[in-house]
Amino acid sequence: MSQCYNIFKKEFKAYFVSPIAYIVISVFLLVTGWFFFSTFFLYNQAGMRDFFSLLPFVFAFIVPAVTMRLFSEEISTGSYEILLTMPVTHSDIVLGKFFASLVFIAAMLVPTLSYPVFISFIGQLDWGPVIGGYIGALLLGATFSAVGLFASSLTKNQIISFIIGMAICFALVLIDRMLFFVPADAVTYVEYIGSNYHFQNISKGIIDTRDILYFISMSFIGIYGANLVIQRKN
Amino acid sequence: MISAEGLTKYYGAQCAVDQISLDIKKGEIVGLLGPNGAGKSTTLRMITGYLKPSSGSIKIKDYNINENPLEIKKLIGYLPESAPLYDEMLAYDYLKYVAEVRGIEKERIDSRLREVADLCGIREAMHKPIGNLSKGYKQRVGLAHAMMDDPEILILDEPTSGLDPNQIVEIRDIIREIGKEKTVILSTHILSEAEATCDRIIIINRGKIAADQTIDELRESMGREFFINISLKYASLEDVKNELGSIDGAGEIVEESDEDGIVKITLRCGSENDPREEIYRRIKKHDWVLLEFHHRVQTLEKIFRDITREN
Repeated sequence: MSQCYNIFKKEFKAYFVSPIAYIVISVFLLVTGWFFFSTFFLYNQAGMRDFFSLLPFVFAFIVPAVTMRLFSEEISTGSYEILLTMPVTHSDIVLGKFFASLVFIAAMLVPTLSYPVFISFIGQLDWGPVIGGYIGALLLGATFSAVGLFASSLTKNQIISFIIGMAICFALVLIDRMLFFVPADAVTYVEYIGSNYHFQNISKGIIDTRDILYFISMSFIGIYGANLVIQRKN
Repeated sequence: MISAEGLTKYYGAQCAVDQISLDIKKGEIVGLLGPNGAGKSTTLRMITGYLKPSSGSIKIKDYNINENPLEIKKLIGYLPESAPLYDEMLAYDYLKYVAEVRGIEKERIDSRLREVADLCGIREAMHKPIGNLSKGYKQRVGLAHAMMDDPEILILDEPTSGLDPNQIVEIRDIIREIGKEKTVILSTHILSEAEATCDRIIIINRGKIAADQTIDELRESMGREFFINISLKYASLEDVKNELGSIDGAGEIVEESDEDGIVKITLRCGSENDPREEIYRRIKKHDWVLLEFHHRVQTLEKIFRDITREN
């Protein structure tokens, strides 16, 4: 487990020594800030609902951009060989990288905490949905990180890894808007697969174990998939 | 120390390594030689546990690579070909990370980093991003990575490729220094390097072991042939051939030339008896001026080419 922590530390630092972290965080804050506040005053409501309903879409392309380098870069430069010949297990590597991405996403969300603080000055803010929303955002970030990590383990090309990751994440977000294509009997099952459905539940402030279980199991599938891929590689 | 049996590796349908068996004792410096694409790197990668062999087994000390990969990785320090490191990290940060992963205690990390940096001569490079370092320095950072926790086995894949002659000599000195106590396996296609650093040479050709001997044995097995070059002034080719041809053991004349009044002749001699004394006496009898009298043994290059070319 300490090896996992060493890898996490290295990967997390790696985000901030290259410009990726700053670019991704800036883009994220610009996009969410603009879309949220451009309509915020029109509705005249002191809430973060719009912010959280937008978040899954923004995450679907921001998170794969965060995770795309995790394996692809190592495979293409060959440093992967060095990583694998150090005394670490495959799961140390995968988990270390996963948590680096998750903590990075958490760090990316920190500046947005200023939104509810400012809103609470100008109106009566209901903190329940806000706290739920942030918990949901972390869970969603974990799921998308795991998906992105899996995509990254598939290829040495970062662009391909980004596109695969984004495609899967978008599909997970969009499923509950596509339900009218699905036969009526299957709607509840298909809806359950989509991450948006669970995320919207949590961001209403209702923390249900079913939703949490969904995110945890999706993350697990992604991490396990990445683990399988890198084990099979050699 | 290291024993591999029947190692085979297929990449798809292509067989990169075919039934290689090795037995390397503690404290040996072994050179893995072979033409490009012979399977050197693949063999090393299987020993380090990076690649899984298609068949065959590897045992290091008492560990089997399938059952105890982690223990084996702890024993081995590995420098892959062309040292693929993280370009954006500082050399110091990188080596510190390696020290942590390799399980060096926190208090000892700084002193160990200093030791390794001194040994590899990278003190002045420690605070630069690895991507900005020259190839030679990068290679040395890779070497520092491999030696970080003083592993019992060092595996170096082309450790001197891309270095300038001074750096090559330095790295060789480092390797020989380490090799006094450690087991070292290095691959190279520079023969003089193998000759200068290794105790034992394994020549691999097309995925198979073509020779596995100490350098002296290798020479011996190729016959004790040697060549004698002679250049004479004021002589005629005819006289020289007559005079030297009659010497017992002088062997055959393989090259001859007569330009600008200088006769040059090369004799190939067997191992039975050394004709040099007799040759000198014969030459002394004449009024010839001896410009060159040179004895050379079969070079490793020649041996290497003979072994790897035919099949």
